[in-house]
Amino acid sequence: MIEGRAEAPRERRAGASDEVRRRFFEADVERLMDRLFGTALRLTRNRADAEDIVAETLAQAWRRIGTMRDRQCFEKWVFRILINTFISDYRHRRAQPAQDALDSDDELDRFSLYEQVHQPFLLWWGDPERQLLDKFLREDIDHALDALPEAYRVVVVMVEVLGFSYAETAGTLQVPVGTVRSRLNRGRALLQHALWRQARQLGIHGAHARGESR
Amino acid sequence: MTEDIRCEEVIERLLEFLDDEIDSVTEQRISEHLAHCRACFSRAEFERRLRARIAESGDVQAPESLRRRIRSLLDRY
Repeated sequence: MIEGRAEAPRERRAGASDEVRRRFFEADVERLMDRLFGTALRLTRNRADAEDIVAETLAQAWRRIGTMRDRQCFEKWVFRILINTFISDYRHRRAQPAQDALDSDDELDRFSLYEQVHQPFLLWWGDPERQLLDKFLREDIDHALDALPEAYRVVVVMVEVLGFSYAETAGTLQVPVGTVRSRLNRGRALLQHALWRQARQLGIHGAHARGESR
Repeated sequence: MTEDIRCEEVIERLLEFLDDEIDSVTEQRISEHLAHCRACFSRAEFERRLRARIAESGDVQAPESLRRRIRSLLDRY
């Protein structure tokens, strides 16, 4: 009798805590949902695959939610799971080997979009660099990112899109920090190069480029 | 006032600076340089803006089908 009375509140507490945990989980996930999907889309470059990756990530996160000690760390934690899910599951399912990093190319590694557009004599009365960035559509940036080889794309997404530090990126990918630095440099240069190519094809580079032919 | 830093070195280390991945002494030197060098400041602003545009790429409205899938997945566990 006494035991019975003691059991009931414990069960209610357990039930309530599961409910609270799910409510918190759903609230955190809802807050991050567009970024989770957007990040997965940048990694997989395919909406159906991105949905699969996010679903798998959140299934894993929910199974392991009991190990989360600090809710403040939820965001980093869940994005780390997303990256790992992409790297392991997605690659296995698609039977795609990791793309090797490209050979070093000093000239390409130093490519700067700014230097292509910058016109020193316009310093005081023109701003072609800013105008160029304003002319890029969202899809121009998406295409340039999607065109990066996977080894670079993952690092650029982790640092530039998710705001991971070099050490966090290295830890998640299990590569040395120096590798993160070199892939990031190369990835950024390739990205800027792709944007420059697009700008020239679209005739949107320079302050007076509107009338230029393709 | 810390020791001055040359434009070439600022440009060389600008992305690490913007990534917040630089030692505090160099960070201070670059910050001071950017405060008075219009050419380097302009380059830093360009890289910052480009970065903001790239960050937007990771934010895409998730389809309702995905939200339904997640809800049913949570119901199963």
